[in-house]
Amino acid sequence: MPAPYAIMAEFDTPAAVLQAAGKVREHGYHQWDVFTPFPIHGMDSAMGMKNSKVGWFSFIGGCTGYTTGMLMIWFMNAVNYPVVIGGKPMFSPLPAFPPSYELTILFGAFGALLGMLFLNRLPRLHNPLLKNARFALATRDRFFVVIESSDPKYSEQETRRLLESIGSQHIEMVEE
Amino acid sequence: MDDHASIKVQAPPVQLERVPLVGNQRGLGWLTDRIAGVIEGETPAWWKMCFAISLTMMTVCFVMILYLMSTGVGVWGLQHPVMWGYAIINFVWWIGIGHAGTLISAILFLLRQKWRTSINRAAEAMTIFAVMCAGIFPLIHIGRIWLGWWLFPIPNSNGIWPQFRSPLMWDVFAVSTYFTVSVLFWYMGLIPDLAVMRDRAKTKIRKIGYGLFALGWTGSNRHWSNYEKAYLILAGLSTPLVLSVHSIVSLDFAVSQLPGWHTTIFPPYFVAGAVYSGFGMVLTLLIPLRRMLKLEDIITVRHVELMCKVTLGVGSIVGYAYAMEFFIAWYSGNPYERFLFLRNRAADPFIIGPMFHVAPAPYWWAFWTMVICNVVVPQFFWFKKVRTSMLTVFALSILVNVGMWFERFVIVITSLHRDFLPSNWGFYAPTWVDILQYLGTFGLFFTFFLLFIRYIPLIAIAEVKGVTPQADPHHPLGGAKVGGQH
Repeated sequence: MPAPYAIMAEFDTPAAVLQAAGKVREHGYHQWDVFTPFPIHGMDSAMGMKNSKVGWFSFIGGCTGYTTGMLMIWFMNAVNYPVVIGGKPMFSPLPAFPPSYELTILFGAFGALLGMLFLNRLPRLHNPLLKNARFALATRDRFFVVIESSDPKYSEQETRRLLESIGSQHIEMVEE
Repeated sequence: MDDHASIKVQAPPVQLERVPLVGNQRGLGWLTDRIAGVIEGETPAWWKMCFAISLTMMTVCFVMILYLMSTGVGVWGLQHPVMWGYAIINFVWWIGIGHAGTLISAILFLLRQKWRTSINRAAEAMTIFAVMCAGIFPLIHIGRIWLGWWLFPIPNSNGIWPQFRSPLMWDVFAVSTYFTVSVLFWYMGLIPDLAVMRDRAKTKIRKIGYGLFALGWTGSNRHWSNYEKAYLILAGLSTPLVLSVHSIVSLDFAVSQLPGWHTTIFPPYFVAGAVYSGFGMVLTLLIPLRRMLKLEDIITVRHVELMCKVTLGVGSIVGYAYAMEFFIAWYSGNPYERFLFLRNRAADPFIIGPMFHVAPAPYWWAFWTMVICNVVVPQFFWFKKVRTSMLTVFALSILVNVGMWFERFVIVITSLHRDFLPSNWGFYAPTWVDILQYLGTFGLFFTFFLLFIRYIPLIAIAEVKGVTPQADPHHPLGGAKVGGQH
């Protein structure tokens, strides 16, 4: 029999899973997660998570976009092939601003989306959890706490007992 | 938590209770089944019929483009001095419609308007398809379509670059950024819902199809944390974006010297008009859909009412902008401005014309259609009776977009056809190609929209769940043992 990937405990309500998450954290687990059909308010602090780093990706993207726009327009209209139009300066930041502004937003948006995917290690083609039939309810109306067997504190009996004590209705092992 | 058990929070008094966002206290499972069921059920007969009509009209759209390309822009009604006709009117009209989607998804998100969750997905899809329809027109109106790539920052065969001192180049960047960011925002919102579809899929094709685009989403809270942050940032970026896009479109006009275009009020006036027409279109689309797809518990009467209120608000700003244009024309003392607003626009043969002893304006009917639809029609939304009658709201929402089409007609045509020199005057009338081209874009729009409601969850499942009391860990329905109701 292959080694289990994780132990999975099911809960019926957001309040129950929120309370359970706090208990699991208090017991010092690290390789664990909560799976919910929608984000639950207060879950991040219950799990002891820090603020997401997505903002940095977006910020760097935005700065890149603005610089790209300004440099691109300066290079095209003032360096590579200057053309006099209505006696206007070859390069001025004012008419170069609207396209650079749009590029700031464009690159910033790509930074946010790609940064989110990168931090979440998505796309992911294989996930043992997604092979579990019961786990499909995580996108419907059930809430799951999953503790991975790779966690140093993991022990099949102890962890199961903990999950039972915090009120899970259904506990299952997830195969690798 | 038990030490809080002594705290008692009273339920709010009846007068302060709000109509819930999801009717009949529907639970999380019901919401999933109902919204996903729209896709999973049999293809309804009305869908097939509408799709056939849309597909036919879309073919007309492409046939008209081919005819234009093979013959030349002479097939349109463009004649000196009116060199911007239907193409620009339709471009501005469609892109204006596209503004409601981002407004609902971004600005209402930042303002924490939870009711947006029921309508944002469909509104964003509408935005994307409307921008696609809009994008066709500037491309084909340049005459030599095969040189459209001159708009992109690529040097042409003589090594000359596009020049960025022209607002037309700004427009290229604004519209293409708007389209791209709208698609990103829409897709990011879709990821958790595609996972819902994947987990419910009965057939292998569905499982793989939805699964690939769901990118392996599991609903992990560590993922949700990054996801919510990215969503907030995208909303924060889309808000200045949506305001800038129609501002830049308006600069295509305002930077010129022409009376009727050369106006500083244009950017905010165009943005308000865009939001007004966008909400009109959202109402036109969602009122029949909520009935046909039995979504009345999710898109409730309260949602329709709130959208009517937004329409009233922005519609009144549009009315104010019209009045301000007239005031400035008079107050500036500029004879060309005065001439344009009185003799090219407002002077009708019955009241205004005789009052000022001037001949009626050639397009007075277009101007007054615009005023009735954009200034008078939204004022009906002051009345709750009107806002809660779906048929009335549906009819008025169509008038909103008729009015907004005429607004662009008035801006483009009446300003161009009689400007400074009487020897330069002319009259504009569209040809059958113009009209079929315009109708054809409806085919394009509805073909994509019908495919969307058939294959993609048209309501953001995860987001709607998040605003129900069942999702609130501090509400009794969410399993809370202690605490109050709210």
